[in-house]
Amino acid sequence: MKTVKSSFRFKGGVHPDYNKELARDKAIELLPLPAELVISMSQHLGAPAKCIVKPGDFVTRGQLIGEKNGFISVCVRASSSGKVKAVEKRPGPAGGKADAVILDTTAQPPEAPESPVASTGEGPVLPPLDWKAATREELLKRVEEAGICGMGGAGFPTAVKLNPPPGKRCEYLVLNGAECEPYLTADFRVMLERADRIRVGIEIMRKILGQCAVRVAVEANKPEAIAALEKALADIEGNVEIVVLPVLYPQGSEKHQIFATVGRVVPEPPALPIDVGCVVENVGTVAAIADAVEKGEPLLSRVTTVSGDAVAEPKNVLAPCGTKYADLVAFCGGEKEPPAKVISGGTMMGFAVPTMEIATTKTTSGLLLLSRRRVFQYGSGPCINCGRCLRACPMNLNPAEISKAVEADDIQAAEKEYHVMDCIECGACSFGCPSYRTITQMCRRAKNSIRARIAAEKAKAAAAAKEAK
Amino acid sequence: MATAILIIAGIGLVAAAALAVADRYLSVREDPRIGMVTAALPGANCGGCGFAGCDGYARALVAGTAPNGACAAGGAACAEAVAKILGVEATATERRVALVKCCGTRSEAIRVGDYNGICDCNVAAATAGGDKGCTYGCLGYGACANVCPKGAITIADGLAKVDKRLCIGCGKCVKACPKHIIELVPASATVHVLCANPDKGPAVRKVCGVGCMGCHLCEKNSGGKEAGHFIFQGFLAKVNYENPPTDEQVAAKCPAKCMSVDPHFETGH
Repeated sequence: MKTVKSSFRFKGGVHPDYNKELARDKAIELLPLPAELVISMSQHLGAPAKCIVKPGDFVTRGQLIGEKNGFISVCVRASSSGKVKAVEKRPGPAGGKADAVILDTTAQPPEAPESPVASTGEGPVLPPLDWKAATREELLKRVEEAGICGMGGAGFPTAVKLNPPPGKRCEYLVLNGAECEPYLTADFRVMLERADRIRVGIEIMRKILGQCAVRVAVEANKPEAIAALEKALADIEGNVEIVVLPVLYPQGSEKHQIFATVGRVVPEPPALPIDVGCVVENVGTVAAIADAVEKGEPLLSRVTTVSGDAVAEPKNVLAPCGTKYADLVAFCGGEKEPPAKVISGGTMMGFAVPTMEIATTKTTSGLLLLSRRRVFQYGSGPCINCGRCLRACPMNLNPAEISKAVEADDIQAAEKEYHVMDCIECGACSFGCPSYRTITQMCRRAKNSIRARIAAEKAKAAAAAKEAK
Repeated sequence: MATAILIIAGIGLVAAAALAVADRYLSVREDPRIGMVTAALPGANCGGCGFAGCDGYARALVAGTAPNGACAAGGAACAEAVAKILGVEATATERRVALVKCCGTRSEAIRVGDYNGICDCNVAAATAGGDKGCTYGCLGYGACANVCPKGAITIADGLAKVDKRLCIGCGKCVKACPKHIIELVPASATVHVLCANPDKGPAVRKVCGVGCMGCHLCEKNSGGKEAGHFIFQGFLAKVNYENPPTDEQVAAKCPAKCMSVDPHFETGH
């Protein structure tokens, strides 16, 4: 094991105010169980899970409440025992509504003798596995049944990622501990406090993926995390390196991480990191895998950073998935002043949310309450051709031209000439725009309409094929 | 001089011969009725019939692959004219116009956030579902007005309204609306339910002062369930446009005030 400096720097990137000092020294605190949990069936990327409980049911902690529904999907387990109050559509942080199980955690288990004894939080949910003795299939199955998805933000099903299609081999396992989003310190605290779990996770993942080199990527502004990882990984066998990345946003982007650690470039979509022999996992996910295997603990809770200048005591909270934002903020001493903006996630890529009734998911890395002083209200101005967004774009795109094409409703030009589908929506273009143009939003609009068009074409082709039959 | 005349005349002769041959062997005989039908159609090229412009529809009509009467813009008069040309019967279709099923103005429907992104409903809807408390309601950023070929849609007080006199029923706004709350309704229908929120009454009341609560009073006032003037979806009343109610008092008596008598004319031009 050795620590090296990254020798590749990607083009572009920006330096936002990190504001990590608000929560970086706060140890992870366990949230007391909220009285009500709202557990969404769509906490991951891909098809939402199929809800298998109905109102009135009593569920135990860790019980399967949502079945995996398709290949790119993840199962959902109850974050706590309790009585199902309702199953209804609830809005998620990004706005889309999905089925959610509303759980009353104060309910007492039914006294029926024939029902299995309700465990109220104690004891393992799944039988612990000895990862040294377990087979690859057993481990992979465990990752799948523990409901683990990428905890960095996108929520890609981990079991799918760890099972590369035939013919593709993972050469590099990259652990993403960059956490380049401002304010967020959840991954930092996990690396600091749970470095030993990350080590176990690495061993398990190496067993699943076959022998591969491991690169743990950490930004240089987290020396304590690097030290903790160095200590935990000191005597690990095999090719393991901690790569210290320069502080630059969006260093935590999967593609840029691969470039910074291994020097490989992921081709444009639909290519995936596995096409260049890499698998990238967030450090939180790796720790969750270790818990799922060694302790039999499914992914039921995660560390969320509650920060911002409008929250009384910024904290890193270990909260069950499905905790309402209002409960999280209440645990952190409530609001210091009325927030002007509440963001689920980081300030660069997170979603502004309209209500505190939204609940956390497996991917909620942060909840930021920003006061009026930190929120700048603006209108989108005309492009002055300064080229700052071109310099900032880490994907080598031309955001200025994309935004102008979208303004002119010329989605085709944005797609064919300016390759808007390569955009990772990191927000670096809007961040530096002196004309306050909502460039990222325009890219997103173009991508949404292109995706809608492709979906419509597919549906049409499917209907035509059906008719031909 | 003479040589020049001869050369020009020669070229003329050769070209004439080539044209004559081309006319004989390469000509494409077009049904003259296509031109006549195209002329009879309104020429709006709105695409509401499902074909690429009026010419495309005319070709389909002459070929007999499209029903006469699919032109919403032309209406019955147009269908009759086409029927005369083609010698077929006009399928009587009523003129249909777009209706925005929401009446939650800025003062009635609460807004949960300040949206200051791009002024487009599709973008706003992709940002936390939009800034309106009611996730079903009209966002009022004009995605429908932007695609309307006739300028029949105006945005006023955070709400889109269709001017019935200008609407040609092409249905472009129906496709553009991210909330799917625009519907093509018969132009003769006068009583409408201007709400698309199927949630329970208290949930609707929380976000909008003029949302349908599904109290069934409109159904009772229009002759009960047997009369069949209304269809209920969840806690939302819908006008059965196959059999629309005619009594305008029904709308006036709606306790939620989400029904309207012909809202199209509220914003004139």
